[in-house]
Amino acid sequence: MREITLSKAVNEAIAEEMRRDPSIFVIGEDVAEAGTPFKVLSGLVEEFGTERIIDTPIAEPGFMGIAVGAAMTGSRPIVDLMFGDFLYLVMDQLCNQAAKTHYMSGGKLNVPLVLRTNLGATRRSAAQHSQSLHALVAHIPGLKVAMPSSAYEAKGLMKTAIRDNNPVVIFEDKLMYQDKAPVPEEEYFIPFGVANVLREGTDITLVATSSMVQVALKAADILAAEGMSAEVIDPRTIVPLDEDTILKSVRKTSRAIVIDEGHQSYGITGEIASRISEKAFYHLDAPVQRMGAMDVPVPFSPALEDVTVPTEQTVAERARLAIRGDLFHAA
Amino acid sequence: MSAAKKANSNRDDYLRMYRQMVRIRAFEDNANQLYLSAKMPGLTHMYSGQEAVAVGICEALTCDDKITSTHRGHGHCVAKGANFKEMFCELLGKEEGYCRGKGGSMHIADQANGNLGANAIVGGSMGIATGAALSARRLGKTDVTVCFFGDGATAQGLMYEVMNMAALWRLPVIYACENNGYSEYTRTDEIAAGSITARAEAFGIESHQVDGQDVLAVNKLATDLVARARKGEGPFFIELMTYRYHGHHVGDINREYYRPKDEEAEWKSNRDPIANFGKWLEDQKIVTNDELVSINKDIKAQAEEAVAYAEKAAYPSVNEVDMHVFASSAA
Repeated sequence: MREITLSKAVNEAIAEEMRRDPSIFVIGEDVAEAGTPFKVLSGLVEEFGTERIIDTPIAEPGFMGIAVGAAMTGSRPIVDLMFGDFLYLVMDQLCNQAAKTHYMSGGKLNVPLVLRTNLGATRRSAAQHSQSLHALVAHIPGLKVAMPSSAYEAKGLMKTAIRDNNPVVIFEDKLMYQDKAPVPEEEYFIPFGVANVLREGTDITLVATSSMVQVALKAADILAAEGMSAEVIDPRTIVPLDEDTILKSVRKTSRAIVIDEGHQSYGITGEIASRISEKAFYHLDAPVQRMGAMDVPVPFSPALEDVTVPTEQTVAERARLAIRGDLFHAA
Repeated sequence: MSAAKKANSNRDDYLRMYRQMVRIRAFEDNANQLYLSAKMPGLTHMYSGQEAVAVGICEALTCDDKITSTHRGHGHCVAKGANFKEMFCELLGKEEGYCRGKGGSMHIADQANGNLGANAIVGGSMGIATGAALSARRLGKTDVTVCFFGDGATAQGLMYEVMNMAALWRLPVIYACENNGYSEYTRTDEIAAGSITARAEAFGIESHQVDGQDVLAVNKLATDLVARARKGEGPFFIELMTYRYHGHHVGDINREYYRPKDEEAEWKSNRDPIANFGKWLEDQKIVTNDELVSINKDIKAQAEEAVAYAEKAAYPSVNEVDMHVFASSAA
């Protein structure tokens, strides 16, 4: 199978859907000729023109609000938010307007829009261009949240997001844009709410999202070399969350670590760990562990930034402790 | 068209405008009574006094034209064609309400009549209105969108972001600023520096100021601007000078600390949009006083009948509580 970058996969998904459905348009800063700073959308304006690949002023709340209104009236906008850190700027339009419109109107109005943005630290971009803020939006009823972990995932989840009739926020790992993975030429979709079991194992379950999936897989390799067997699960979407696949795995392995690049406190790791503890408690042989980003603004210096996020070594070490039974007082 | 026929069709237009203004007043009188008699959950914001704005503008629109509304939105809703029964049902949280009781007073949406919904975030609908205009143009429709908002909302940054884009892209949107003199509990001249119309003019948007108590003046201006917006000459901005008879909300009763009683009395006795228009209709021999009295009486009875219906109507079943969080997606 051919291999393409995550960036190309996102581009293909959007182009395929735009060819099929003229109601789709892209709106955001420097999306047309510039193709975004990460060049993810390069070439789209040549095919679809500036009426469908719409460059805006630097006004995130404004173009987010415009997308909400367009989505309520027959269009299917794809909003490009250059950095995930800019989510704070669009919170009212996303969380008070887009997320609630269907519910507040008693089901009469739909807001079929996609907000594509990114996450991920270690790009030496400091505290306002490095955050992983998916927990903020996952907290709000009415928003779906997709977290692709490879080029294949990015294309299939993007196509599903575009066809969804709800606001969907899709977080791409900005450090993975140039990472290649096998992606079929044929059209495919990845349904929301269906987790992917990437590796089967018997001693511990590693639930990992987005950027942390590769970390978990590498940790599983380390553990395997030491004779320990880790199962790796990528939820793919955190809203909706495929709880069943996670619980089934933990009932088998009796141990779990949840790994996610958002800040650890009040985050995705806590939510998933809590569901495991509530619903698989009597199957557990060790406390469920959370591994998120440190609760500090992301520092600039490489010496500091690198220690803020989980790595394969830190995940493998935590798994060793769990499997050995040394974690009873870990909290 | 013969002169006789033209006069006749004008008579119909005038009477429809008069009726619609009386309907709004009757709706609000009943809503206020529901609050005062503790029959209405929560609270509400009265539109009384501003009727000529909503009616003058909405009478210039087709059913397909869109509006966005505000927390003080009952007037816009009635003027755009909504029914009393579904509105009162919504105010009382009943299943037959426009939003099945999920929205309430501040969120009535009536998409069948082009009302994209009231909004409880001050200025929150400015992006939505602008997006609806973008959507209409992109999808090849001739709809015009009117964005209703108050003087208080001119302090929100979103307004400037979306007016900038609307002007750059020449969108068919009309920003209708209802200046009722008060931003919640504060005089407008204490919250708005400089001229309100100059804000829009800075973006090259043609702006007008009109007497918002004169339904014919409002309607004449709106008819002209809507026709021009439909031809691609938009956007436009209108500042409508008007007055809010009640407090910020129905519970804002002792308000002399920010608004003198004699000022209220002056507007009510000399500048009432309904009384003045009724007097003009009589002076012009278009209707007799008996006819006006009869119209007022009929509408009062209709409103009371709708209230009685809504009071007896059923609440939604509790199993609707998690219905409409997400729209179904066929993908």
